[in-house]
Amino acid sequence: MQPMRIHRGQAIPLGQANIDTDQIIPKQFLKRIERTGYGPFLFNDWRYASDGQPKPEFVINREPYKHGTILIAGKNFGCGSSREHAAWALTNFGILVVIAPSFADIFHSNAANNGLLTVALPEEKVTELLAKAESREKYELTIDVEKLTVSDAEGWSANFPLDSFRQHCLLNGLDQISLTLQRAAAIQAFEDRPKPY
Amino acid sequence: MPFKDVKVTAPKSLFDKLWESHVVWQEPSQPALIYIDLHLVHEVTSPQAFEGLRLAGRKVRRTDCTFGTVDHNVPTTREHRFNILDPIAAQQINTLRKNCADFGVTLADVGSAEQGIVHVIGPELGLTLPGKTIVCGDSHTSTHGAFGALAIGIGTSEVEHVLATQTLQQKRPKSMLVRVNGALPAGVTAKDLALGIIHQIGTDGGTGHCIEYSGEAVRGLSMEGRMTLCNLAIESGARGGMVAPDETTFAYIKGRKYAPQGEAWDKAVAYWKTLPSEEGAEFDRVVDFDATKLEPWVTWGTSPGMSVPVTGRVPKLEDARDEVEKAAFIRAYEYMGLTPGAALNTVMVDRVFVGSCTNGRIEDMRAAAKVIKGHKVNAKVRMLVVPGSEWVKQQAEKEGLDRIFTAAGAEWREPGCSMCLGMNPDIIASGERCASTSNRNFEGRQGRGGRTHLVSPEMAAAAAVTGHFTDVRQWDYKE
Ligand code: SF4
Repeated sequence: MQPMRIHRGQAIPLGQANIDTDQIIPKQFLKRIERTGYGPFLFNDWRYASDGQPKPEFVINREPYKHGTILIAGKNFGCGSSREHAAWALTNFGILVVIAPSFADIFHSNAANNGLLTVALPEEKVTELLAKAESREKYELTIDVEKLTVSDAEGWSANFPLDSFRQHCLLNGLDQISLTLQRAAAIQAFEDRPKPY
Repeated sequence: MPFKDVKVTAPKSLFDKLWESHVVWQEPSQPALIYIDLHLVHEVTSPQAFEGLRLAGRKVRRTDCTFGTVDHNVPTTREHRFNILDPIAAQQINTLRKNCADFGVTLADVGSAEQGIVHVIGPELGLTLPGKTIVCGDSHTSTHGAFGALAIGIGTSEVEHVLATQTLQQKRPKSMLVRVNGALPAGVTAKDLALGIIHQIGTDGGTGHCIEYSGEAVRGLSMEGRMTLCNLAIESGARGGMVAPDETTFAYIKGRKYAPQGEAWDKAVAYWKTLPSEEGAEFDRVVDFDATKLEPWVTWGTSPGMSVPVTGRVPKLEDARDEVEKAAFIRAYEYMGLTPGAALNTVMVDRVFVGSCTNGRIEDMRAAAKVIKGHKVNAKVRMLVVPGSEWVKQQAEKEGLDRIFTAAGAEWREPGCSMCLGMNPDIIASGERCASTSNRNFEGRQGRGGRTHLVSPEMAAAAAVTGHFTDVRQWDYKE
């Protein structure tokens, strides 16, 4: 996992509430054997017509959003099935941060396991951000993981909550495995202890 | 000071001992880091885990504690075993081959004498042993608990975590004791016991718990029977199921390929004898189950808890315990094509499946063969018998069981998960009804629209002959 201290990137406005994991990555892509390569299928059914052609009006098919790294969405983002592929699809596409009023539980932990930052902001703040992102030709946000703030170049700023454990993981680029590997000495000691047979 | 050196320790349960002897690290109010002694890997839940290792430049920490096989996707017909038609299945299997080769993991591949369903081969090879912590990216890992091991199913991220660190971050499950009182009546099997327990405690009755099964009936089960019982622990929502090791366990393990030998064997047995729960050990929950009134069971609905004795009837709506169950009943009648109040022994079947990690072991093959010997599979029924492993297949053929099945008109196949889930070509058609020795009767589990009834191997064989569910206690055995 890459450490994240300060991230600056284009915002992608996608304001619906209850965007479920079936929408984020439909089930036909679950049979794949990779953890990468899901980016082209992110929001597949919204993004492509049934003949496979990209729908020009869908937000991530348009400039400048197609290069965006910060998704702004409605409440209860990531509800539905527990598929970890949802987090993979977002990060594979290049999205590093999702801002929403709230997140589904399992998505939240899947995101954490994959270095995807979930920023929960009050509904009215999210609405303001959505409006700005939709109306500016280019709209960049800065996420400061140390100070726990979201801000733009126009002086708009908000604080967001993050538990200290996840903050520590993000700042140091630690996933669950890296964290466990910090206990390598304890694991080694366990393996070295005398065996009953 | 006479009491100074007397250590007062509370009596411990089998679960307490297994858990406590595997904690590597514990921070207050956080999940524990527990050590994993055996990690079984198969083609469906491992590809992303291996890829994760590759991306992070990590290795498999203990290749000697990791063992792979192919089971879920493998075709069970000889002509397609090495020529898999489904490109996705072929890709998953080839990926496991490459991953095992790249990372140095032993693989029991198709064609190898050790290949088979992951939960059948672990015990068979002597990899599954008492006192071990065992994980696999598959929910029926609970099967291995039959040996007095702590065995739990995990997800893909956890598979990667175990590959990289040989540990797992886990919240300590609660403990539960299911005391089975009395002995099993004649003609009643471990499968019936397991279904009976699920019926009593519910499909979420074990949620958050690790179950220990004890009592006379459990002690009296063979290892195969205990595995069937623990296999189905997960269908009551439990994290794991287990049975304390005893002489039956040791006799099963002795001489198996990876089991301790010579001096190590004696030491191992001495250690294993210290594992059973002590008198007075505390459990978070204790449930009593009366084995003496048990009959052969049949599931009628779309969850393993929706079951009745074979002499019973499909429950009526007023039998539902609450509104939620009522709604589930209505949906199940419709999906299963059954009328409330119908006698179970009048329900006709189209398909019979003997196999899976629940009932695909040699004893199950023998039990089904004994019933079917000298009879013919009903003309309206198609019966599939799928040994759980290559070893089971070889052994059954040595004993002539394959010929008993084929003489009766059943199909004898190559080992794999087969019709337990529709991931390979063995599926049932929409609307078809199947008497199955597997573990899940969920909607669409054996094929879209397929109707599954879970039964023991004996009951499955009897249904194959008569064409409907039949009380095997009245069977006309032809020697
Ligand atoms: S036999 Fe069925 S339950 Fe067992 S491992 Fe295979 S698919 Fe899973």
